[in-house]
Amino acid sequence: MSEASHPTDGPVVAHHFETWEQHEESCTMGMWLFLAQEVMFFGGMFCCYAVYRYLYPEAWFEGSSALDWKVGAFNTSFLLLSSFTMAMGVYYNQTGRINKLFGVMGMLWATLFLGIIFVAVKLQFEWLPKYQEGVVPGTLWGPHGHHYGQLADFDGPGGQGALQLFFWLYFVMTGMHALHMLIGFGIIFWLMIKCLKGNFNEHSYLHILFFGLYWHFVDIVWIFLYPMFYLVNPPH
Amino acid sequence: MAERVIEHIKDFPERDYEAPEVHYLNWAGTVKSWLFTVDHKRIAILYLISISVFFLVGGLFAAIFRLELLTPEGDVLQADTYNKFFTLHGVVMIFFFLIPSVPATLGNFLIPLMIGARDVAFPRLNLLSWYIYIIGGTLAVILTFTGGVDTGWTFYSPLSTSYANTNVFLAVSAAFITGFSSILTGLNFLVTIHKMRAPGLTWFRLPLFIWAHYATSVIQILGTPVVAITLFLIGVERIWGVGIFDPGLGGDPILFQHLFWFYSHPAVYIMILPGMGVISEVMSCFSRNRVFGYEMIAFSSMGIAIIGFIVWGHHMFISGQSMYAGMVFSFLTMLVAVPSAIKIFNWTGTMYKGNVVWETPMIYAIGFMGLFAIGGGTGLYLGNMGLDVPLHDTYFVVSHFHYVMVGGMVMAYLCGLHFWWPKMTGKMYPRVAANISAIVIFVGFNFTFFPQFMLGWLGMPRRYHSYHPDFQVLNIFSTAGATVLGIGFMIPVFYFIWSIFKGKPAGSNPWGARGLEWEKCTSPPDPHNFKEIPIVTEEAYAYTGEETISV
Ligand SMILES: [Cu+2]
Repeated sequence: MSEASHPTDGPVVAHHFETWEQHEESCTMGMWLFLAQEVMFFGGMFCCYAVYRYLYPEAWFEGSSALDWKVGAFNTSFLLLSSFTMAMGVYYNQTGRINKLFGVMGMLWATLFLGIIFVAVKLQFEWLPKYQEGVVPGTLWGPHGHHYGQLADFDGPGGQGALQLFFWLYFVMTGMHALHMLIGFGIIFWLMIKCLKGNFNEHSYLHILFFGLYWHFVDIVWIFLYPMFYLVNPPH
Repeated sequence: MAERVIEHIKDFPERDYEAPEVHYLNWAGTVKSWLFTVDHKRIAILYLISISVFFLVGGLFAAIFRLELLTPEGDVLQADTYNKFFTLHGVVMIFFFLIPSVPATLGNFLIPLMIGARDVAFPRLNLLSWYIYIIGGTLAVILTFTGGVDTGWTFYSPLSTSYANTNVFLAVSAAFITGFSSILTGLNFLVTIHKMRAPGLTWFRLPLFIWAHYATSVIQILGTPVVAITLFLIGVERIWGVGIFDPGLGGDPILFQHLFWFYSHPAVYIMILPGMGVISEVMSCFSRNRVFGYEMIAFSSMGIAIIGFIVWGHHMFISGQSMYAGMVFSFLTMLVAVPSAIKIFNWTGTMYKGNVVWETPMIYAIGFMGLFAIGGGTGLYLGNMGLDVPLHDTYFVVSHFHYVMVGGMVMAYLCGLHFWWPKMTGKMYPRVAANISAIVIFVGFNFTFFPQFMLGWLGMPRRYHSYHPDFQVLNIFSTAGATVLGIGFMIPVFYFIWSIFKGKPAGSNPWGARGLEWEKCTSPPDPHNFKEIPIVTEEAYAYTGEETISV
């Protein structure tokens, strides 16, 4: 059942498709539908964010002030750069440059490298200090230390509970975003192996194209997350 | 394209009463060839077996608490145990039976056949979605044996997040994981319907079963991720003790209800729309008449999918939601009844001046119409904001829901199973036994749930293990009816299994039905479905009234 027909030239059409156009269009539509469900998945969290920000604007102001917008901006620029390298990877694939530095392989390495920097910076300079200074919503909540100690004094509307909601959404949303990046790293490794095996050429580019779409989607989520969390209290 | 033979589907192929020598069931017989199959027909069979098991499990839970409700005192079950049983009944029946029922079995089997394709667009993804379903199902089974869950299938916060001492985390994980199985099925179907149709099969030549699944898939893709993330938040909140939905910590439990019902109202259309697709096929076939108002039925499916997304607030009239929001939701709920009513009228119109043939699927289909009309009509009572206040959380709601879901969806599922069983297995079941069981189910169902309308109207609240002695007579009726219903459900299990081994060969088109799956496929179908991809030259349901039953 799983044999594929191998025309001498051109792309490989899976057995249940009649033509390559049908194969390509089906996969493309499937990918966009997958992204549509991803939008709804993140949409639930964005909805929670909107409700609580509307309910507790003071807590949002306070929480956002405690986040370092410079670290966020640094990470944003790295992620945008990785979107560019990924786009170049798609371009090189369609022009047939695969296992070269300025080819699909090099671009996958660059994307991976930039992505790892993003996650490493997030862990080291954002999540870890918050954990050490008690900015963990739930039973461990108890901000102290010179970065976050001032949060303990917040007694605006909603009090510490509202502040916890801010950080809870911060952790869940950036965490879910980072999880998507980690999954992306795994896919990059898989794509690199396929590169080395010679699976890609100018006729066979759907894998890289779709991973590019996925990666851009993950970037776009961050483009929303950055102002939503870091820039509520705009830097003066 | 050149090698395709141009064929007109209205020319009946010769009826071969012998089953084909090689077909999708017997071309390979190893366990591996089943568990790693990417054939949509085999995956449909895998789903059929798994959801039947869960239907049995969910039914057993119901049997036990119906026994408890025989007497006003709590004697068979303690209150805690009772809560677990009705919760597990809901979780199993909704997430593991109703949502996958028709799409994952009949939809999987028939969509490629009906549109003239060799498979769904993503065969491996299709298999993956079955495995995801099995993982979720395994968690549900583990849940049952590790203390269960007692929050109701709705997992309302703060009960689920702060107060329940049962295994809420495992329950929401099971539902979360199974959700992705549903999403992938929907994605697969949408692409298949868009891109895999045979030449000449334009949108308005598609069988209405396909339109119904198209609408269902849209809901699956847009709704399910929302409940997935909501259940995820419930699970994480429970583990870390943060209060995103807990009012004690500044969270908003109403927000949970909004997010939950944003999916879970459209989800009832995931459950019922494919059933309506089945009824359209069966009504047309056994009335020997083109379906009345084809376009209206197709558009009403899409209308239900779209309007269904904006009525969720009717579950929350007394939750503290704004009264003005309630008025809007109430109005929109009335509106969503319109496309459902259009379908009922059109099916009736199909029978009118048709040559109605009384075969088992038709008995189920007519039963569906009556029960769904009652279920849908009482939905209008409950969607009415003023009337919902006294009826909320009574047995009236329970009965309404079961009229739609059991009277509607389970009847439609059995209707489809009886209609396409000869196609799926190549064998005919004993029709007398099947007719008897259809009637037993219809009678048993009404005996079970009609008294519950009366109980609800009298004010008996749902979800209690004991009740006022005045309610006992009606509860005895209900439990007695449930026994009949249970027997009715068991009969098909026996004759279906019997028919696989001893049944008479069915022939490729025993009902004289129109459609690619009947006219261009053998029974059971070839592993590759068609010898040549058919070319379609006419509209669906081109019945002339002269088709004959040949079983
Ligand atoms: Cu509803």
